[in-house]
Amino acid sequence: MREIILDDPLSIVILKAVIIFVICLVSTILAVWGERRLVARMQMRLGPNRVGKFGVLQGLADGVKLALKEDLIPAAADKIVFIIAPIISATTCFMAFAVIPMTGEITLFGEKTSLQLTDISVGVLYILSIASIGVYGIVLAGWSSGSTYPLLGGLRSSAQVISYEIAMGLSLVAVFLYAGSMSTIDIVNSQSSWWFAVTLFPSFAIYTISMVGETNRAPFDLAEAEGELVGGFHTEYSSLKFALFFLAEYVNIIGVSALATTLFLGGYHALPGLGFTESWLGGWFTFFWFFAKVLFFFFIFVWLRGTLPRLRYDQFMKFGWKVLIPANVIWIMVVAVLRYFSNQGTPRSVIIAFAGGVILIYLFASMIWERAAKNRAETVSSRPVPAAPSFPIPKLPMDISTISVPKAGQERVIHE
Amino acid sequence: MSEIEKKQDLSAVEYTDISIGNENAKPFLTQLKGFWVTFAMMFRKVNTVQYPEVKEPTAARFHGRHQLNRHPDGLEKCIGCELCAWACPADAILVEGGHNTDELRYSPGERFGAVYQINYLRCIFCGLCIEACPTRALTMTNEYELADNDRAKLIFEKSDLMAPLQPGMIEAPHPYYPGTDDQDYYHGKVKSSHPSQQNNGQVK
Repeated sequence: MREIILDDPLSIVILKAVIIFVICLVSTILAVWGERRLVARMQMRLGPNRVGKFGVLQGLADGVKLALKEDLIPAAADKIVFIIAPIISATTCFMAFAVIPMTGEITLFGEKTSLQLTDISVGVLYILSIASIGVYGIVLAGWSSGSTYPLLGGLRSSAQVISYEIAMGLSLVAVFLYAGSMSTIDIVNSQSSWWFAVTLFPSFAIYTISMVGETNRAPFDLAEAEGELVGGFHTEYSSLKFALFFLAEYVNIIGVSALATTLFLGGYHALPGLGFTESWLGGWFTFFWFFAKVLFFFFIFVWLRGTLPRLRYDQFMKFGWKVLIPANVIWIMVVAVLRYFSNQGTPRSVIIAFAGGVILIYLFASMIWERAAKNRAETVSSRPVPAAPSFPIPKLPMDISTISVPKAGQERVIHE
Repeated sequence: MSEIEKKQDLSAVEYTDISIGNENAKPFLTQLKGFWVTFAMMFRKVNTVQYPEVKEPTAARFHGRHQLNRHPDGLEKCIGCELCAWACPADAILVEGGHNTDELRYSPGERFGAVYQINYLRCIFCGLCIEACPTRALTMTNEYELADNDRAKLIFEKSDLMAPLQPGMIEAPHPYYPGTDDQDYYHGKVKSSHPSQQNNGQVK
């Protein structure tokens, strides 16, 4: 498989690059429309249905409208960075697709190949690094706008993406351990019997959560929080520059969905039991399976947006650092031990005993945790409620789960 | 320690911690019910009305465009009293009364509305004019499509507001129904027009 990609002549490589680019653009236009239609249905509305049949050309119409708008650059903006930022966002988002295998073996103008631009032995690491370069677009956009809200949005975004990239990267470790490779093709092929979404379910769950945080999407869209930050990092952007951010957001969504498909849902392979369909249309039918799985993730994105309210910033950070990352580390240790056992040819009974031990430890820990939580709740409820002070004075929030107010009857002005 | 420093030094205040977490949060699986709500909603009938193509009827007493009504023989009900204009809180109505004569009779009694304008850029559709009208000449229809691209077009003249002629009505001006006076009109004794009222009572 790797060989047939790497021996492609230049013409086929260029052709594939164009095809992948077009797929990204077209799916962005459809994604804008599809998301608005789906969210609308969840809110008992119809959504855009005027431009073209069922409104499918809505995304295109939006793009044309944005291109025709006046391109404003604020007087306080750092002009060069202001212009570069959307370009960084929009270019990096496409680059991740270079190593995503979208089809199995196909024939393109007589050349045996597959719809994957290239294969790198560290393919998934490459995607992660590209994703983190994409964040520069957002941070620089927020910083260079010379305006308060974009700056806040940009800062939030950098903190958010850094935090969730750790969780995301860690959730991939288990996949690397089981696939024994970081190459996307090897990972897809090693899922031929069982998808990693099943065998490594905790990793899958953590990846799915952190990919939402990574793409700045609801309920983790604190970076653009239109309710509090106007538009966040892109507040000062208009016309084509805004369109580039818009494009980058949707291509990123499709990108992380494609990565999730590749790493956890068996990539371009058919659903279990439908393997015979993979040879249809000379192998092109595998693209249908790939696309269907990406659409599944896209639906999850839309569903989350339609259901959940935005998280508070401290809740969001707490969730990333105190829940996702520790859970991930423990899970990786368990997976690594199991992997070591199976590599050593340890008898099955030992593996089962180890797994059982882990489950017992987990149950015991959760029991203690729950008891502690119950005790804490009781002490809180038994605490006397202080009378309302005339002026609540906030202390620096050392413990974020509590706010501090002066004790009842205390004056705001300090005594000698 | 200066006075300002003393006020800023908050370390001397004792604090008590109040929890802002939710101790009574529902269990995780119960909270997931929200996902079912949005999912099931996708298969419900939508509320959207495809407006320009589909027009839902308004409520029966919806306050729409005004209408100047007629007596059953076609004489106008408006007597030009200006009470509607006085009642209007938005100052949207302009009325100028005119004198009825036996030769040129638009409404029963002495006066009629010679000029009648409603400015729909000002009208707030409160209906106080309808309450003020002593002869039930002014009422509201359910018509709500009152947008236009020109301010002047949104000042409706009397000709725009007059109710259309129903069967049996004759366009004013014309004389009273034979053998009646204004009181008979107000008491609803005139049920229809009479052939002698045609062409303003002139025999051709």
